[in-house]
Amino acid sequence: MITPRASQQEQAAALQLDADGNLKHFLTLDGLDRALLIDILDRAEGFLGVAQQAVKKVPLCRGKIIANLFFETSTRTRTTFELAAKRLSADVLNLNISTSATAKGETLLDTLRNLEAMHVDMFVVRHADSGAAHFIATHAAAPVAVINAGDGCYSHPTQAMLDMFTIRAHKGGFEGLTVALVGDVLHSRVARSQITALNTLGVAEVRAIGPSTLVPARAAEALGVRVCHDLRAGLRGVDVIILLRLQHERMDGGFLPSEHEYFHLFGLTEKRLRLAAADAIVMHPGPINRGVEMDSGVADGDRSVILEQVSNGLAVRMAVMSMCIGTQNLWLHAAGQRPLTETGDA
Amino acid sequence: MTPTHTPDTANPGPATALYRDAAAVDAAISDMAQALDTLLSARGARPPLMIGIHTGGVWVAERLHRLLALAEPLGYLDISFYRDDFTRIGMHPRVRPSHLPVAVDDRHIVLVDDVIQSGRTIRAALNVLFDYGRPASVMLAVLAERSGRELPIEPNVVGLHADLAHGEHLKLAGPGPLSLYRGSPPVGRASGAEGAGP
Repeated sequence: MITPRASQQEQAAALQLDADGNLKHFLTLDGLDRALLIDILDRAEGFLGVAQQAVKKVPLCRGKIIANLFFETSTRTRTTFELAAKRLSADVLNLNISTSATAKGETLLDTLRNLEAMHVDMFVVRHADSGAAHFIATHAAAPVAVINAGDGCYSHPTQAMLDMFTIRAHKGGFEGLTVALVGDVLHSRVARSQITALNTLGVAEVRAIGPSTLVPARAAEALGVRVCHDLRAGLRGVDVIILLRLQHERMDGGFLPSEHEYFHLFGLTEKRLRLAAADAIVMHPGPINRGVEMDSGVADGDRSVILEQVSNGLAVRMAVMSMCIGTQNLWLHAAGQRPLTETGDA
Repeated sequence: MTPTHTPDTANPGPATALYRDAAAVDAAISDMAQALDTLLSARGARPPLMIGIHTGGVWVAERLHRLLALAEPLGYLDISFYRDDFTRIGMHPRVRPSHLPVAVDDRHIVLVDDVIQSGRTIRAALNVLFDYGRPASVMLAVLAERSGRELPIEPNVVGLHADLAHGEHLKLAGPGPLSLYRGSPPVGRASGAEGAGP
């Protein structure tokens, strides 16, 4: 019997992968297996070296047009996607499209058709509504690839993968790790993607720590985490602490008494950090609210890997983009749009 | 995820036969070292910076580096990001980071690879190299040379000339004792003309 959850996973996999299991779109981590996630991390490893070159560019996506479709504001994500695309030698279009609730459905499709007419090869989509990237991927004319750069409260797969990359770089792997996610799990697409990634990669335990208003009531069954409403108890012995930003823009009041109160109960301080494992690392997807989610001392301290996350984000995004473009090339090739010869590149 | 490339293993796979055993390969590499020594002196290209192309080229370069007793560490190049068949076969699943121990600017470079056929790997390697800087000169040393050049690229130092049928595959097995295998590439592979792949 197929459970609704399982069929949802299958649908997500079917939309994102081609018949050979190559990545076509990157929308969510649901339905992607461990081997593929490891593959992304391994490939990203190779791209780290590009930053060491005098010319920080590789010609993989030369001649391709990548459009950054940002319906929601973002600095870090948009700039790293832009830089990643440029380091792959693609041409980049940045479109900051302000969205209005009424115009959404049709405008989105119209925008899409217009960009398709410009022969854009890939869309990187950030949208305040959950499912926007899926919608575009479903409606985009093949072989246009779509990468989800964050949609509503649903998913932010490249952020989760860069976090996995950072964890692997520090911990060597995922086996036996206990990872704590602290804060606004309810509104966080980052948390949702991270939990999926961590469970797929096989960590020992994921803990969701936060006030009961911000950690979904059924998180334990729905997401596969251990819920904890007490920070001190939750931090005990963890190997990785991931702090989540309070998503004011998605809160319509009543979730927290005050930021001060939040920091008092859930803010990470040096003292609380000592409850975690001696070599625990502290992560945050950014932007940080100093004095709310964490002390400045912790943010700038030697356990913090927050800026590393940003550098790793570049490599991970280059990996995902080149994988999708590579698959697209295979598709074009199979369709006979490129001449076939016997010898390869050797 | 696409099985378009040979993974780098010591096992050359089915449908292959030993072409040169470890002793023959070692002898060829010794000859290369001598020829290279002479060439470097003639060109006044000392000290050279030796760079091996992943993976087979690195194995050969490690031995040459030892035989020539070069003081500076060996450099490594991975050309996966520079292949001209990315548009046809997608990306190489295993990319090893390129690592150059010192700046290449104004240096005499000795590029080392295992097999040369079309010359496309070397084209790609030159592109990578020039993205790191501007070398004074580049020399090319390859263990096995075979016909089939598609680009105007010729090695300066060659270990052995391989006479193989068109479409036949030559692969270096390592990293322990190095030996050369010949055979037909597995069916359905778009690439794989020369060597252990980039």
